[in-house]
Parts: sequence; C-alpha cells; structure tokens
Amino acid sequence: MMEFVGHFNYWIVIFLMMLGFYTLIARGNLVKKLVGLNIFQTSVFILFISMGKVEGGTAPILEPGLGPYSNPLPSVLILTAIVVGVATTAVGLALVVRIREAYGSVEEEDIHKQDESF
Amino acid sequence: MTEHLPALQVVVPLIAAPLTVLLRRPLAAWALSVAVCAFSLYTAIRLALQVLAQGPLSYDMGGWAPPWGIEYRIDMANAAVLVLVSLIGTVVAVYARRSVNAEIGHDRRHLFYTAYLLCFTGLLGMAATGDAFNLFVFLEISSLSTYALISIGYDRRALTASYQYLIMGTVGATFLLIGIGFLYVMTGTLNMQDLAQRLPAVMDTRTVKVAFAFIVVGLSLKLALFPLHLWLPNAYAFAPSSVSAFVAATSTKVAIYVLLRFLLTIFGFQFSFEHMPIGNILLVLSVAAMLSASVVAIFQQNVKRLLAYSSVAQVGYITLGISLGTSAGVAAGYLHLLNHALIKGALFLAVGCLFYRINSARLSDLRGAGRSMPWTAAAFVIGGLSLIGMPLTSGFISKWKLVEAALAIGWWPIAVLILATSLLAVIYVWRVVETLYFQSAEEGTAAVSEAPLGLLIPAWGLALANIYFGVDATVTWGLAHGAARALMGGVP
Repeated sequence: MMEFVGHFNYWIVIFLMMLGFYTLIARGNLVKKLVGLNIFQTSVFILFISMGKVEGGTAPILEPGLGPYSNPLPSVLILTAIVVGVATTAVGLALVVRIREAYGSVEEEDIHKQDESF
Repeated sequence: MTEHLPALQVVVPLIAAPLTVLLRRPLAAWALSVAVCAFSLYTAIRLALQVLAQGPLSYDMGGWAPPWGIEYRIDMANAAVLVLVSLIGTVVAVYARRSVNAEIGHDRRHLFYTAYLLCFTGLLGMAATGDAFNLFVFLEISSLSTYALISIGYDRRALTASYQYLIMGTVGATFLLIGIGFLYVMTGTLNMQDLAQRLPAVMDTRTVKVAFAFIVVGLSLKLALFPLHLWLPNAYAFAPSSVSAFVAATSTKVAIYVLLRFLLTIFGFQFSFEHMPIGNILLVLSVAAMLSASVVAIFQQNVKRLLAYSSVAQVGYITLGISLGTSAGVAAGYLHLLNHALIKGALFLAVGCLFYRINSARLSDLRGAGRSMPWTAAAFVIGGLSLIGMPLTSGFISKWKLVEAALAIGWWPIAVLILATSLLAVIYVWRVVETLYFQSAEEGTAAVSEAPLGLLIPAWGLALANIYFGVDATVTWGLAHGAARALMGGVP
C-alpha cells in the first residue's frame, strides 16, 4: 500500500498518458484529438519533473545551510518541451481552423466522406 | 572561423529564417535562402573534409564543456548526412522560386522560405548535435515547419494530410522524449558519448529496455517504417512540389541516421542486436515494407502518391541493410540512404516540372506529356531507372551492395527478395513512363510546352548526379563505408 502511495506521481502519469492516448485514437473530432495530444504530452512533463524531485529537497540555490536540493535540469528541459507543446497545439489548431474553412466540418468521418466524393 | 563551423552550420539558417519574414519581398527572401543553403553546403563539405583528415570533431556550444554543455559532434556518420541535407536543400531552394511562384499566393511566398529554412535548420541540427535532448528540440523544429510547409499544398487534402502527420509525428516525438527521460533517470546524462559510456553498467534494468522500445518506436514513426508509415503518402502527395522533393529526400533520411545513432552509438551494437531483438524486428518490417508498399505503389493513380509509396518501400531497403547486423549491411543501408535521397529528389523535382505546366500529378492528366516536355520526361526516366536499380545508375550500386551484404552472411532468400521487389519497381516506374510517352493526350487539352530552365536545371542536376554516382561511386561508398565504421566501432 505504501509503495502505491509513494509512487503516486507515476500512477497519475500512467493514467494521464493512457487517457490522452485513448482520446487521441478514439475521438473523431479534430479538436478533441488535439486535447488528447495535449494530455498525453502533459503526462510526460509530469514524468520528467517527478524524476528531478529529491525527498526533502529545496530549490537549487547555492547558499550554505540550504540543501539537499532537487535536480533542476528536468524542470529546465520541460520548460523547453512545454514551449514545443504550445507550438504544436498552435499549429494543430491553425490547421483545424483551415480544415473547417475548407470542409465545413471538424469531424473526421465527414471529412473522409467529402474526400471520397471529391 | 574554421573552429566554429559546426555551430555556423546550424545557426546561420536559424538566423536567416526570421530575416526572411522581415524582408517580405519574395524575391529577396528567395535570394537569401539560396545564399544560406549554399553557405551550409560549403560548411558541410568543409566539415566532412576536416573529419576525413583529422577524425571526429567536437564543439562545445557556448564554451560549456561536455557532458554539462551541449556538444556538437561531427564524425563520418553525420558529416555525410550534413552534406546530403545541405546539397538537396540548395538544389531545391534554387528550384523553389518558379515552383513557389506558381503554387503559392503572393502574400505568403516569403513565409514559405521562412518555414523552409526552419525545416532545413532542424534537419541539420538533428544531424549535428551530440546531445539527446537537443536532438528532440531540433526534431520538433523540423517537424513543426514541415507541417506548415505541407499544409500550403494546392489541394484541401493537404490540410488533412498535414493534420494527420502532426498527430502521428508528435506522438513519435513524445515517445522519443519519454525514452530520453528514462535514459536520463538511469544515467544522469544527456550527452550521447557520455550515455554510451554509462549505459553498459545499467544495461540489464527494465527501465533501459523500455527506453529502448520507446525510442525505436518513436523514431520509426518519423522515418515511416512500415506499418507506421500511414502519414507519409498523403503528406508527400499533396504538399507543394518543392516541399515534396525536399521532405522526401531528407527528412526520413535524417530520422534513419538518428535511429542508427541511438542503436549503434548510444545503446551499442551488443545491446541492440544481441540483448534486444532489433535485427529480427527490423528484418520482418523491412521485408513487409518492401513487398506491400511496392505492390500498393503499382495501383496508384497519382504520380506523387506512387512515388510516396515507393519511398516507404525504399526505406525498407535501408532498414533491411541495418537489420543484417554487420558492418557491410550498415554500410549498404547507409549508401542506399544517400542514393535514395538523390533518386527521390530527382523524381519529385521532375514531377514538379510536370505539375508546373499541367497543374496535376494524376496519371490520366499526364498522357503524352513526354512528347511535349521531352527534357522533363527524360529526367524522370533517369530517376526511375535509378529507382529500379539499372546498372550505371546510383540505385544499382546500393542494391548491389545490399545483395552482397546479404549473401555474405548466407541470407540468400533476402537477396532474391531484393531482386524480386526491384521487379515490382519496374512495373510502377513503367506505368508512369508508358503514360508519358506511349499514350496520347485527350483531344481538346491545350498543348503544353517544356518546363522553364529554372526548374529543369535543378531536376537535371540531381538526375545527372544519379548517373555520376552510378558510374563512379568512390565518394558515396567512401562516405557510407566511413559512416558504418564510425557507427559500428569494431564490430565486423
């Protein structure tokens, strides 16, 4: 039981990862797919940040009396990855807007049907 | 300046990309892009010569020593990729002016060059960097700009193709990120050389094996390994002509290089091929790709889609070479990587010439085009022969080396299969050639003239490169052989 609680972060990561991945695959709505993609990416961010945590660690400030401190590198990496994620979402949503202008729909099935008759 | 070449290789196009937005005038943006690409080509060749003379180069980005800082490390394996990407980038940039003028609206033309240069930067960065996380960032730079480039295609299906690629590409990149994260947990480092030294101590843990699986699957999505290739056909088919040519010739190739780097440099031959069954997995998937994608290509009605399916099959040949697990196999796969970039570059540029005049890439619209556009059609035929693997073309050399590598370890059924799938290539290339030369255009269609020189010269440049490297393969084979030696270390 304690082990389960101790790995709480990682259970959340697995849950979010599967949730996002499922939404990404199962949903036909293009916007919902992007939401799924975002949840999927966020779970990876949490995974990285959890790795850097040291029990009882403080912020990494080099002062006598402070420390041990958590590893700041994963957080820094994830700042970059968040920027990448935001950019991906922006490009994805821009595409959805243009798809809606061209097809009049954001449902995958509708779009496939229109392309078949095209 | 010489010592900063590895950084300049990536930084110059990165800085030029926003400049094209400021320039606004399409002609100025084009001129800047060509100049930057040509400079990159010069840098890449200088780097390759330097590596040949002195061995691997290491560059500390910002003066921070590795493994803490980001290291750019150039050895034979990525020097060749840098030359390839910047060569294709330069040729396509020259080609882009006429083609972009015809296919993209005036107010968006300068933005095309911005995205093009960003994609170029990303691919060069992926090849040059020696840091696993930096690699992920460059992968995303090139991917995001590729999505934008594909979406400006002529047909609305370009939008859905781009969206599908965005979803699959991001899943692939995120898988790679998860894998890199697990490696970091186990080793506390992101530097590739450092990872290679620290990983053997923790090889037997499940975390490293899971990391391996995530990285291989993520990269397989990017390099369109069967059955993860679903994004590729539509993306290539509906993108603007110059984008199809550039992406088809470079992006999957760089992803294959990255896969090789992870398999052989970071995880090491022993772990990848002896502890993990990567050889068998790649073998099965490569064979499936070669057979199924070639058969599907035969039934395509659109030349660009046909070439896209052929690309999936050709990626199969490259990974087949890797799956053999010998130095000769990796060298043959690497040689096909270089040659296939030249082949597909030439073919897509030739199709772009046809598209420029006829405004379609459907076979039914291309009937008889070979007679009205003889030079374009001839360039296509040369590329097609090279794709099939006719002697005196570069495709022949790489298939020969592949067959030789397969026979060297006694896998004769694989050698037979390579020849059999080449016959499938004969069928689909012949379908296009027949349409171009032996069918007559429908009555009432307007006569078309030959493509302008601005398009023909780049297309012919790559077509002639196919013949040149088919007659004299010392340069390409030297690069491939050197790359295999750099990647495989001492493995025979």
